[in-house]
Amino acid sequence: MINLTINGIPVQAEEGTTIMEAARANGINIPNLCYLKDIHKYGSCRICVVEVAGSRNLQASCITRVREGMEVLTNSPRVRRARKMLYELLVSNHPKDCLQCSRNQSCELQALGDTLGVIETRLQCQPATSRIDISPSITRDTSKCVLCRRCVTVCNEIQKVGTINAQNRGYNTLISPSMELPLDSTACAMCGQCTVVCPTGALTETDGLARVWAALADPKKRVIVQTAPAVRAALGECFGLPVGTPVTGKMVSALRQLGFDDVFDTNFTADLTIVEEGTELLQRVTAALTGEGATLPMITSCSPGWIKHIEHAYPTELDHLSTCKSPHTMLGALTKSFYAEKLGIDPEDIFTVSIMPCTAKKYEIQRPEMEVDGYRDVDAVLTTRELGRMIKSAGIDFLSLPNDDFDHPLGLSTGAADIFGVTGGVMEAALRTVYELVTGRELPFENLHVTPILGLEQVKRASITFENPLPEYGFLDGVTVNIAVTSGLAGADILMDEVRAGTSPYHFIEVMGCPGGCIAGGGQPRTDCEDFRERRTRALYSEDERKVLRKSHENPHILQLYREYLGEAGGHRAHHLLHTHYTPRGLYNELISNGSKK
Amino acid sequence: MEQIANLAKSYCGKKDALIQVLHMSQTIYGYLPMEVQQIVADALDIPVSEVSGVVSFYSFFSTQPRGEHTIRVCLGTACYVRGGKKIVERLQELLGVNVGDTTADRKFTFEVARCIGACGLAPAMSIDDVVYKQVDPDKLEQILARYYQEGVSAS
Repeated sequence: MINLTINGIPVQAEEGTTIMEAARANGINIPNLCYLKDIHKYGSCRICVVEVAGSRNLQASCITRVREGMEVLTNSPRVRRARKMLYELLVSNHPKDCLQCSRNQSCELQALGDTLGVIETRLQCQPATSRIDISPSITRDTSKCVLCRRCVTVCNEIQKVGTINAQNRGYNTLISPSMELPLDSTACAMCGQCTVVCPTGALTETDGLARVWAALADPKKRVIVQTAPAVRAALGECFGLPVGTPVTGKMVSALRQLGFDDVFDTNFTADLTIVEEGTELLQRVTAALTGEGATLPMITSCSPGWIKHIEHAYPTELDHLSTCKSPHTMLGALTKSFYAEKLGIDPEDIFTVSIMPCTAKKYEIQRPEMEVDGYRDVDAVLTTRELGRMIKSAGIDFLSLPNDDFDHPLGLSTGAADIFGVTGGVMEAALRTVYELVTGRELPFENLHVTPILGLEQVKRASITFENPLPEYGFLDGVTVNIAVTSGLAGADILMDEVRAGTSPYHFIEVMGCPGGCIAGGGQPRTDCEDFRERRTRALYSEDERKVLRKSHENPHILQLYREYLGEAGGHRAHHLLHTHYTPRGLYNELISNGSKK
Repeated sequence: MEQIANLAKSYCGKKDALIQVLHMSQTIYGYLPMEVQQIVADALDIPVSEVSGVVSFYSFFSTQPRGEHTIRVCLGTACYVRGGKKIVERLQELLGVNVGDTTADRKFTFEVARCIGACGLAPAMSIDDVVYKQVDPDKLEQILARYYQEGVSAS
């Protein structure tokens, strides 16, 4: 233990701790801007400077480690003066149009000015270069950027995609893709993790609200909404509820009050995905065992950021992807076919909206494949953050809403669907169904949770052996299925390098594009809660465990849908509506590079 | 292009060699367009955004085709005070291009520099490796003319 004093108070800290961490552990908060725990500690903004006895210059407390006998002042007149000046310099080229900014009142830069007590503008210089880049998922406005580089760290070191980096230098520095290309013409996965960490309005989701409000106001449109599993685990944060509070019932009430005609649940098609994807997996494994040959491992396809990434980075390996569409596009397709027929209305008059924890899904719905018989599967995607704003602007008092239930027939789901929003959840849901289909028995894990694939590690692995299968699956007796689960695109690269090299030992791989899964997606509320992933994960597992039905193939409405409409799992109609194909893209836009693909 | 690909491959995966490889690539190709940056990025296994970040950071890297000769007018303190700006203005007239650009005949690339270390010779400019001292804006035309005479590349 190291002994030091902070503001005259003797404190102890572990060796290697930073001054900021030691101060926080003793109830002293040091104002900061670019710091992100465990992710970004570069000392680039200097706001967290403190006075250290014996040092001539002020030290950035987020990167300076504690030393024996150190005397630190976090709130001296010199420190206060320096922080104020640093802040004034930071905002000297910032467009001060806060009232019209999407981050108004949720902006870290704005809040910091308040904390530091900055009440006047003494410095005013040329506004920062403004490049506005509107991609289907993410909108960049470089004039609002304070060059903190959190997004650069997340894109390069956490996701290891490396779409954006600092370009040019000095006053002309821009955080941008190569050669100032728009995001849409790069290998950006559209995961939106950069929009979650951006402290200002420089990186945000591309607006989907305008079209949704317009559709709701159109009396000719039947506006049908669906919500992804992870939204219910985080929406409450927009209204001040503790991180990890599930708000399924209030969310459904709020959507009804907003005027949506039907409130369906993406969970329903998560169950459907399990049946379709499970069938596909069994077909592939069977074909491999009987010598017919099949592409293995099979990899999940629910995460559109992951899909875009594999198309760019591993364009030769697309046969490994399950052909299943993502659950919300499945639900969109069913809404405009099965449900439109049931209602007897023209699919043209239906407007489908998906509330997603995801920015990549805004891109996904614009893909040419995502339509059936000329009708777009999903017309608009809103992030969890956008839904929060929508509810507030409609004047709905979210916290006092009663709990309500989803509409039928596309709203009933099992617990297996809830955990789709968590890393390992799709795999667990698939195993619950596949194991039982093959053996006639429940998955042999306590409370149905596949313990080896729970948790937030980057890559998780497990093996399941089929013993005493049902007679029709006799050929699977004693067969061991190897599985791997990863979340975050850096983890995906680890597994994909093995796949490309032909050394992958797995049969089935689950990939979610964002670290931790959809609960930490690029469209989720921004939070300073350090264990937000664990808390939101627990919220979804609690939803799973409180349900009577916890296995997708037991969902009675799914069974009915196959009986009445789809026919067989993996059959002709299911393929027409629920499956898709992928496009090899390569790392570089061929229009720009004249084809120098990897 | 092939030569650059081979060069870059010989530094395969050596991320620290980026600046070196870019230097050699610029010597081979003359400048560093997107295609060249992509080849380097692939070989060294780093994102092209990082390569572009380095290329755009250093003023000696160029993403545009460059002229046969590079003119650099010094605008360091001493040269600025002694009339460096007038040299820039006159060259803009003579060359018909702005600072940072290359003439249409690809003869000259026109740049400014922050102190070339010849303060005693102010105002100074350099063309390629040759430094011109106490430059008189009215004599610039003659200096440039020498570079158009065949076989002459320096004073």
